[in-house]
Amino acid sequence: MKHFAQLFRQVDETNKTNEKVAALIAYFEKASDEDKLWTIALFSHRRPKRTVNTTLLRTWASEISGIPAWLFEESYHIVGDLAETISLVLPLPTKQSVLSLNEWILSIMNLKDKEEHEKRSFIIEAWNSLETAERFLFNKLITGGFRIGISQKLMSRALARYLKKEENEIAHRLMGDWSPTTTTFSDLLLNEHISADISRPYPFYLAYALETEPATLGSTQNWAAEWKWDGIRSQCIKRDNEVFIWSRGEDLITNRFPELIEMAQRLPDGVAIDGEILAVKEGTLLGFQALQKRIGRKTVGKKLLQDNPVIIRAYDLMEYEGKDIRELSYLKRRGYLKKIVHQMDHFSLILSENVPFSSWAELTNLRKKSRDLGTEGFMLKQLDSPYLSGRKKGDWWKWKVDPYTIDGILIYAQRGHGRRSNLYSDFTFAVWDEDRLVPFTKAYSGLTDAEFKEITAWVKKNTVERFGPVSSVKPMHVFELAFEGIQKSTRHKSGVALRFPRIKRWRKDKPIQEANTLSDLKSLIR
Amino acid sequence: MERLLTFDGKGIYCPRADVHIDPWEKVPKALITHGHSDHARWGMGAYLCTHESVPILQHRLGKTNRIQGIAFGENLFINGVKFSFHPAGHVIGSAQIRVEYKDEIWVVSGDYKLANDGISKAFEPVKCHTFITESTFGLPVYKWQNQTAIFDKVNTWWRKNQAEGRVSVITAYSLGKAQRLINGLDPSIGKIYTHGAIENTNSILREHNHFIQDTQFATASYNFKDYQGNMVVCPPSAANSNWVKKFKDFRLGIASGWMQMRGARRRRAADIGFILSDHADWNGLNTAIEATGANEIYVTHGFSRIYSQYLREQGYDAKIVETAFEGERLDSTEEEKIDQTT
Ligand SMILES: [Zn+2]
Ligand SMILES: [Zn+2]
Repeated sequence: MKHFAQLFRQVDETNKTNEKVAALIAYFEKASDEDKLWTIALFSHRRPKRTVNTTLLRTWASEISGIPAWLFEESYHIVGDLAETISLVLPLPTKQSVLSLNEWILSIMNLKDKEEHEKRSFIIEAWNSLETAERFLFNKLITGGFRIGISQKLMSRALARYLKKEENEIAHRLMGDWSPTTTTFSDLLLNEHISADISRPYPFYLAYALETEPATLGSTQNWAAEWKWDGIRSQCIKRDNEVFIWSRGEDLITNRFPELIEMAQRLPDGVAIDGEILAVKEGTLLGFQALQKRIGRKTVGKKLLQDNPVIIRAYDLMEYEGKDIRELSYLKRRGYLKKIVHQMDHFSLILSENVPFSSWAELTNLRKKSRDLGTEGFMLKQLDSPYLSGRKKGDWWKWKVDPYTIDGILIYAQRGHGRRSNLYSDFTFAVWDEDRLVPFTKAYSGLTDAEFKEITAWVKKNTVERFGPVSSVKPMHVFELAFEGIQKSTRHKSGVALRFPRIKRWRKDKPIQEANTLSDLKSLIR
Repeated sequence: MERLLTFDGKGIYCPRADVHIDPWEKVPKALITHGHSDHARWGMGAYLCTHESVPILQHRLGKTNRIQGIAFGENLFINGVKFSFHPAGHVIGSAQIRVEYKDEIWVVSGDYKLANDGISKAFEPVKCHTFITESTFGLPVYKWQNQTAIFDKVNTWWRKNQAEGRVSVITAYSLGKAQRLINGLDPSIGKIYTHGAIENTNSILREHNHFIQDTQFATASYNFKDYQGNMVVCPPSAANSNWVKKFKDFRLGIASGWMQMRGARRRRAADIGFILSDHADWNGLNTAIEATGANEIYVTHGFSRIYSQYLREQGYDAKIVETAFEGERLDSTEEEKIDQTT
């Protein structure tokens, strides 16, 4: 645990990528395989099942510290993290533990069927044998949520250097449905039979937004344009006659989409398709809400399946005939993809077509149609680009249309969590409906730190009513809100639902009378 | 019946003696616990503080004969009220002020810490009926390690930076923390450079026979080669300014009690936080209060709402009192703004 605590501290206290990687490599060099495996798992949000609930942890922590429960809660409110609060309020340990990370985790998992008093004495004994920093991590093993700046990409880089392997291969091996209880360090990262887990997806290639004019990309000859669809980015895999569908968030979502399983079963074996899941009924694209209903349900009823059917719009192909073809050019990969889509000839698998264009000006003109087509703009892809992993600059760009904007009035503010618990960070905005204010959206991000502080100070002084963490405030401030889409909604008071709303800027120049109206808002619906 | 001490909006006031303690508005006569700018403010008619604090106040407020000194433990009578100053262990010269009249004894503690830092006179508990306490770190999550352990961490960090060919820069406010930290550094590792605000304070204290390890004023005549592998101590405000850029390849550390929390550490663009404070931690506050034997406690700057509630549950008659004192801050304090202009 000491090594792991040291690693955590090093990685946590630096913003420098190189130092994080160096710390990880140094750790891998001395840690046991079990500890390494768990470390990789913990930093990629895989944690042991919770065996002790947090209410018990809080109770025991205030008992041992000799502080009243309310004081513990006040402290928690200020610290913002339960595991940390506990680690700090406890008296200093009187013993030292030499148990490894792996041993601690196994003992925690072992608590599963134990009586409460057995759990209690184990936890208290543990607290008394770990230093503050180790205790914090021990608590995190139970509560979960290691929020630390180690991305999958960074982890892959460190492992690649440590194991002297390709970063792409490591990234691929780290994906999928594994846990330290079902695999070993060697099986996960070293052994040749990489297909041990046939469900394993490839890391997605994610593009940055193009901030400049497309002309800066050079000759149009080298580029392809595809419409950018707003659905669920997914990976559809068929191996050993089994179908797996992964979301970009690395969730296995196969069972949510029976119609896609049916389609994918006809795919040739050994393929992985990168595509967008979209709700399309009889050739008409349904909005993101239709899709949201599908994601929300674990079991899909007949009616839902009929009302909100989905398709895959295929962008790319990472695996063909059982081989990883990510190194091939976009053109070559698309060639195979076209062949598959063509041979399948299935209404649930559609190619994301290349939009023909001969000049950037022409494409700029075409982009104006984005909204009417239900897209968010273009994806621009270099014809000879390999399929990279993670967010990379250069070969692929997303070239989105400008967002919708509307001026709303701040009416509610809610305190943030954790590190932001002393700031108001969640805001609700309203538009005019005659002389009434109708709330129409929440927005979280988009203000600078200075603006956050300013609005927090203002909210504190201008709170009209308080409901728990939410304060209603005097309608006085206008904000310009940006969003990517808008649809009718029966679930919202305003009758509309927004896609990706965020604060664009604080319109200090605008009096509330000049904010937008509900009919302005509704006029944006296509 | 009028109380011996009251809070009149200008400071802590003794009506019978007509003097204020640590006033924040202009008053004719001020008794000052210590030289930090939130306790010793500009513009009072006359100042009384410990002999050790006199040069510090003079430095801050200008040389004037309006500042008088008194020895620790010496009694001073004003209209029958007995005043005396007792070590608070906070910074050099810092005192708790004991006020007695008839059977009523109050102690105004200013800022204090219990651990002996080897540079300020160590805290001495003073018996009283009413105790005025700060609560900067009045939350059970704040617990300090002894300073030797912290200095070990600082020196280890310095050695590591040196091995990598880098400059080590640490922020600490210029009166108190800076000197404490400097004396905790291992001079066998390298040279210790200081920012002007700290060097000024150092030279004044050295003139008055306080031992502070050798330091060098980081003037414009030095370049990166001079700083490489060495240590620079500067006030927090300097770390956020262009001044720090001249060290080019450096690592930044912050020495503050606030570094106890991970969120506070991560919010700062520092490479490392050292948990070092001149204020009492949770246990320190509780121990100090118990040792006074007081029943009535006034809680000022810090977590006053929470801490006073806790004290009431422990059976004290504890109240919150609003003052203009600030406790330990992570950003630039008034103290440094003044120092940098002199
Ligand atoms: Zn002070
Ligand atoms: Zn203070």
